[in-house]
Amino acid sequence: MHSNKNILVIDDEQVVLDAVKKILVSENFNVEESKDATDALKKIDKHKYDLILCDIMMPDIDGFKFLDELNHRKNDTPVIMTTGYSTVENAVNSLYKGAIDFIPKPFTVEELLNSIFRGIKYIEVQKKISSNNVSKHDPTLAYVPCPTKYFRLGYASWVSIEKKGSALIGITDLFLKTISSVLDIQLMKTDEEIIQGNPCAQISSTDLLTHSVLAPVSGRIIETNQELQKNKTIIEKDPYFEGWLYRIIPNDTKYELQRLISCSSDRI
Amino acid sequence: MFNKIGLKLIVAVGITAIITIGIFAYFNIQRQSNALLSEVERHANQLSETVKSSTRYDMLLNQRERIDKTIITIGQQQGIRSVRILNKMGEIIYSSQKGDVGEMVDKKAESCYACHAANQPLERLPINQRTRIYKTNRDSSRILGIITPIYNEQSCWEADCHAHAKDKTILGVLDVTTSLADVDNEIQRGEIEIVIFALAAIIALSFILGFLVERWIDKPVNELLKATDQVGVGNLNYFIKEKGNDEIGKLASSFNVMTQKLSEARMQLFQSDKLASLGRLAAGVAHEINNPLTGVLTYSSFLLKRTEGNPEMQEDLKVIVRETKRSREIVKSLLDFARQSIPKKGEVSVNEIIDQAVAVVQNQLNINQVKLEKRTDKNLPKITADSNQIQQVFINLLVNANDAIGKAGGTITITTSAISLSPYGVAQIKKATCPKRHNLVDNEFKIEGVPSIKLKAKFNGQEGLIHLDPVYGRRAHQYFKTFDENKKLSVFCPQCNISLIEENSKCPKCGSPLFSIEVPGESNFQACTMVGCDYQKWDSIDEAGKKEYIEIKISDTGCGMDRDELLRIFEPFYSTKGQKGTGLGLAVIWGIIDNHNGSIKVDSEVNKGTVFTLRLPMKQR
Repeated sequence: MHSNKNILVIDDEQVVLDAVKKILVSENFNVEESKDATDALKKIDKHKYDLILCDIMMPDIDGFKFLDELNHRKNDTPVIMTTGYSTVENAVNSLYKGAIDFIPKPFTVEELLNSIFRGIKYIEVQKKISSNNVSKHDPTLAYVPCPTKYFRLGYASWVSIEKKGSALIGITDLFLKTISSVLDIQLMKTDEEIIQGNPCAQISSTDLLTHSVLAPVSGRIIETNQELQKNKTIIEKDPYFEGWLYRIIPNDTKYELQRLISCSSDRI
Repeated sequence: MFNKIGLKLIVAVGITAIITIGIFAYFNIQRQSNALLSEVERHANQLSETVKSSTRYDMLLNQRERIDKTIITIGQQQGIRSVRILNKMGEIIYSSQKGDVGEMVDKKAESCYACHAANQPLERLPINQRTRIYKTNRDSSRILGIITPIYNEQSCWEADCHAHAKDKTILGVLDVTTSLADVDNEIQRGEIEIVIFALAAIIALSFILGFLVERWIDKPVNELLKATDQVGVGNLNYFIKEKGNDEIGKLASSFNVMTQKLSEARMQLFQSDKLASLGRLAAGVAHEINNPLTGVLTYSSFLLKRTEGNPEMQEDLKVIVRETKRSREIVKSLLDFARQSIPKKGEVSVNEIIDQAVAVVQNQLNINQVKLEKRTDKNLPKITADSNQIQQVFINLLVNANDAIGKAGGTITITTSAISLSPYGVAQIKKATCPKRHNLVDNEFKIEGVPSIKLKAKFNGQEGLIHLDPVYGRRAHQYFKTFDENKKLSVFCPQCNISLIEENSKCPKCGSPLFSIEVPGESNFQACTMVGCDYQKWDSIDEAGKKEYIEIKISDTGCGMDRDELLRIFEPFYSTKGQKGTGLGLAVIWGIIDNHNGSIKVDSEVNKGTVFTLRLPMKQR
């Protein structure tokens, strides 16, 4: 089913390469592997890959530099980052530098495949935009971009600072488009702390996969969207307004917003 | 040798003493010998007058033999060297020494020069100009000679012999010389005595000075030196015990305070450094372990997926996957711990922190078969605190409790509750000054673990120090002597002696005067001067009203501590665990709780157990 998709896996650990390759091959992906970023960049120059899975902690060129290098070469191949040193900073930084997802090591087959499948869907959405010339300036046919003045973590979650100092948190339409229909959303409770870059909600989709949503900012939850609990479909209908997840009191937005992408840049 | 301060001082004082005593001795000897000489002079003059008058009559009668005899007799007296009478030409007419008679004396000789300077005899001369002191040869003793002129009188020129004409003023001179041997001996003895006295004085002075320098300077300075050496090599636990109340004593006190502060700072640094390096280690380990774990987790979950038709294998594989996921959580908590080194205050739930702390030490508790009971108040509000630091406090206290229980097994009970306390009995004076801004807080004298407030008190002419309990309303004061109740004390600043009594103020309970101390950042603290009266007032604290606290009690059924140990447990480097512990734990805990404006209290009974009571304010001031 994915025989036409080429995936490049970069990791300095052979056992990880072997395991990932085995899993992806079992799902009929074409897998190439690189033991370091220099080798990977050479490969990228020669071939076109659909998706890259890249480790952060590597000798010489690390994952972040690799992302910079890709940007420098104007290569827009989607990258999923992974690392054994899975701190919040690494996750947020990867997403800020353009990675589409972050999987902390060690991961299970499901966690890896969920992320890869979302990646594949992401590629399809992007393709839809580029294949349709009209929508290139107006991606709304493919997905609804998040409103200006919103900030997003990667392409997955958004935050909107409200006038009274609180903030709303939700999921982007693009993220919803990379999963099949929402079956259920598991939310945290009021008064709980969410931490930027850590999972803050679990979404089960109709294809029986579960997806973690990473929180865009840290703070204390003061309200969860009761309407959403009653009617799951509103998140797909109106992800940016009616379909919000939490209202929170943010801890340190000044610092945390620096590491988010401003949605106003998406519309140019 | 000269690099000792004591010796330098002794040498300096010794030299000063030698100069002053030397000058004094010189003038003293001078004065004494002058007095002796003038006495001898006066004596010789008197003798001359006696000789003159006793021979006068014989001269008038020209009884030469009688004159001769008289002069010889007088000349034989002890001390008198010679008695001579010379005529105007300088010829010796009479002499106590027979051989001299008839000899001529040169008028230009020294002894005659005073009168005959202008080759013309003068008529009157004062006694000191008629006196001469000379030596016959180098080794002989000194000789004092006095010349007395014999004046012409009416009876002389009218005498029968007609030897002298009327127009002569002076007929001759009487020359008496006396030996100064006795006087010289006397002067020499005086000189020796004074030199001996001076030497004795200098030696005594040096010894007394040496003793005092040794006692007041050398010893305390050496003690200070030893202490700085100790601190230099890193022993910050060294304390100077004997301190006087002089400047060196004060230096020693502030040295002690300095080392204590230093050791606290080092402790915090040590602790955070330990955390930081542990964090780096954890991060490194996490990265290294996560890669092989990825292998295990991916392969096992992959196998799980591929063996869906084999339930027996599925069971086993599920165990592998589950346990690998557990390992993943452990590594994750290690990484969380690694981030603890950055202190950050936020809204935290004490109960949650306790759960996290318990999770860390649970295994240790299980090994010792320690039962843990949690009686937590589920409705505790959140407080503003650094969750990592507070967690560190709980982990430390739990580990201590576990160690106290030992292998025998026991119970640790954790109780949390929200309490509301009036500031009375809780609020603590942390800074205090007199009106002249002298610090009154005594870090060395602690009352129940907190620095006391040092004041000077006077009562009935007696004076001494009192250490005031800094906790508002607790009154565990320490007085310099035991007082009966109902005694009114006068209270002063121990540094500047300024009175702290407030004029025109009266205790509303007993009518005695009140004293007040300044608390920077708060209003003044007032209290009654009468011993036994419990009146205290601290307006700004009272106005703030009751304060809400979260109280956490951690009690164990361990070995407990006696009173001496209890007094010392918050001191840095004090450990009951020997080589096992650093002795830093409780001191660090104290610092953390203090930073959160909280308080910590310990109650313990040997062989029964220990209770730590922590109170953290719900709202930070």
